[in-house]
Amino acid sequence: MNSVLKAASYVLVHAPDMVLHNGTTQTTEKVVNPGSDYLKTLPQHLRGFDQVVAYPPNQTYIGNLSPKQLGELEQPFFDKPVENATRQGKFGEILPQDEFLLLFQACDMFDLVHLDKDFVAATKPALEQHPLMDAFILGRIREGTAMEQVERFVKEEGAEGLYYNGRLVGYIKRAHDVDANLSAHVMMENLASKASAVLALKHLVKVSGIEASQIDYVIECSEEACGDMNQRGGGNFAKSIAEMAGLPNATGCDVRGFCAAPSHALVTAASLVKSGTFKNVAVVAGGSTAKLGMNGKDHVRKGMQVLEDVLGGFAALISENDGQNPEIDLDIIGRHTVGTGASPQAVITSLVLTPLEKVGMKIQDIDKYAAEMQNPDITKPAGAGDVPQANFKMIGALAVKSGELPREGLNDFILNHGMVGWAPTQGHIPSGAPYLGHARQEILDGDITKAMIVGKGSLFLGRLTNQFDGISFVLKKNEGKKEPSGGASKEEVRGLIAQALRDFAASLS
Amino acid sequence: MDLENQKRVKELAEAHGPENILVILGAAEGEAAGIAAETVTAGDPTYAGPLTGVQLGLSVYHVCEDAIKSELDPTVYDEQIGMMEMVLDVDDIVKEMTAIREQFSKY
Repeated sequence: MNSVLKAASYVLVHAPDMVLHNGTTQTTEKVVNPGSDYLKTLPQHLRGFDQVVAYPPNQTYIGNLSPKQLGELEQPFFDKPVENATRQGKFGEILPQDEFLLLFQACDMFDLVHLDKDFVAATKPALEQHPLMDAFILGRIREGTAMEQVERFVKEEGAEGLYYNGRLVGYIKRAHDVDANLSAHVMMENLASKASAVLALKHLVKVSGIEASQIDYVIECSEEACGDMNQRGGGNFAKSIAEMAGLPNATGCDVRGFCAAPSHALVTAASLVKSGTFKNVAVVAGGSTAKLGMNGKDHVRKGMQVLEDVLGGFAALISENDGQNPEIDLDIIGRHTVGTGASPQAVITSLVLTPLEKVGMKIQDIDKYAAEMQNPDITKPAGAGDVPQANFKMIGALAVKSGELPREGLNDFILNHGMVGWAPTQGHIPSGAPYLGHARQEILDGDITKAMIVGKGSLFLGRLTNQFDGISFVLKKNEGKKEPSGGASKEEVRGLIAQALRDFAASLS
Repeated sequence: MDLENQKRVKELAEAHGPENILVILGAAEGEAAGIAAETVTAGDPTYAGPLTGVQLGLSVYHVCEDAIKSELDPTVYDEQIGMMEMVLDVDDIVKEMTAIREQFSKY
């Protein structure tokens, strides 16, 4: 029997100071052009927490707006705040930066993160009110350190500063004197990814209603690498996240594949559950500090606010078939193979048309497609166009080329089978995964019956291959629990074993 | 344009002479194609990469422009690019590319 998507959770972490200090567009600019106008004016283009909460794509990400409702708004979205928006969502939440810094410190197991004691005292009460922050997490938050020590470590010891509202409030120090893989910078990226993933996984446990102890495997699928100089991508983010999220019976591992990693991880999870190896597998990923403000120069040049100011995280629970939740159909797996080629046409054919044709389906038989779900507010001003729209156009054009759709039907196809994007440009986060929560809800509500999730990854970024990559799968309405056909019942198996034992005993006498 | 690609274009132009290099772009829309074309002709307009201030003036085309399309096997073109041609705003891309070429291309 197919496994099911039991729940999905989504979190955003507002991180305006990390845009300035950790986003690679900004850190590169500080090296190449330290006195630039961009760096001078950037702080005036950062949004406040309330603006981030009221931003329609963010409300869609955490489940308070449906993709349809977002699609009804006129673009751009940044000047259309959602009234009475809340940081809590149906699928998760938007966490403010100060609370995140405390969670960040709590997730540090090696005494690397130190926060100013006044900052801790001022922020801890808020985190204590947070419904998901349990005694384990709260108990790990240290009282904090003196500001003189914070300043000294940042100035003299190669520590990275941690900032809040433009003020230094802590540091993360290097985890080794010479090992570049344990530098303060790398530890910052990895711990931010871990902490945001922990938040997503805590929300997953809440929204799914599962006992944390029942999750027996965790697959982490971000784009970070943890390890020292002798094993630079050794892992295992998954287990470190499971530990912090309070999953005592889980083991796990990391799956990598750039932006396609979540889809690879979800297919792996569905296979592990369908095979019976594990019963409840959580797929999880935290956010990327490096990508904060990635298109900031274009946003500032166009007089906009910098919209890449949040870390994104998500988690999905894949469980044994419960007869209710949408199934992950492992008979329809699109795959970009080594021989596929890198042209967009070859890529989309391999991920969409080929797997559907194999089971006698047409492109239009899938109600909704979710490929690269980047928010067009972010990408359009940066000259990258509307990425989800481009994907739906390509899928529609393929339907035209394969003769199942008249050319004049292309625009309707995009409207009916596509969606407007709402995901932050956090690499692995937009690739198909943002739709899981909404897709599950829409299938349960009977609005749609089949959705295809398409993960795509640009492997050339790792400079090992020019291969493109991608994998896709279909989420479909649950057909109800069925006994596997053609197999033997428990009674029949017992009878067969008894007969075999009798025969064996007879052969001994 | 990606910093690594800028470096590769610069090195190729130095090794073979800018007059012997033709850059073919596959950008998905006019503005992006224009920025990439500007980068390999007038220099990196974002002032971030190795082509900042380097006016190579290379010959540059988008793969959907007739000058390139007419050089290719129509079957291969249809197999690899036909779908994208249906999707892209080719007129806008041609307009951007022509403007950049007229202004900055030396070859």
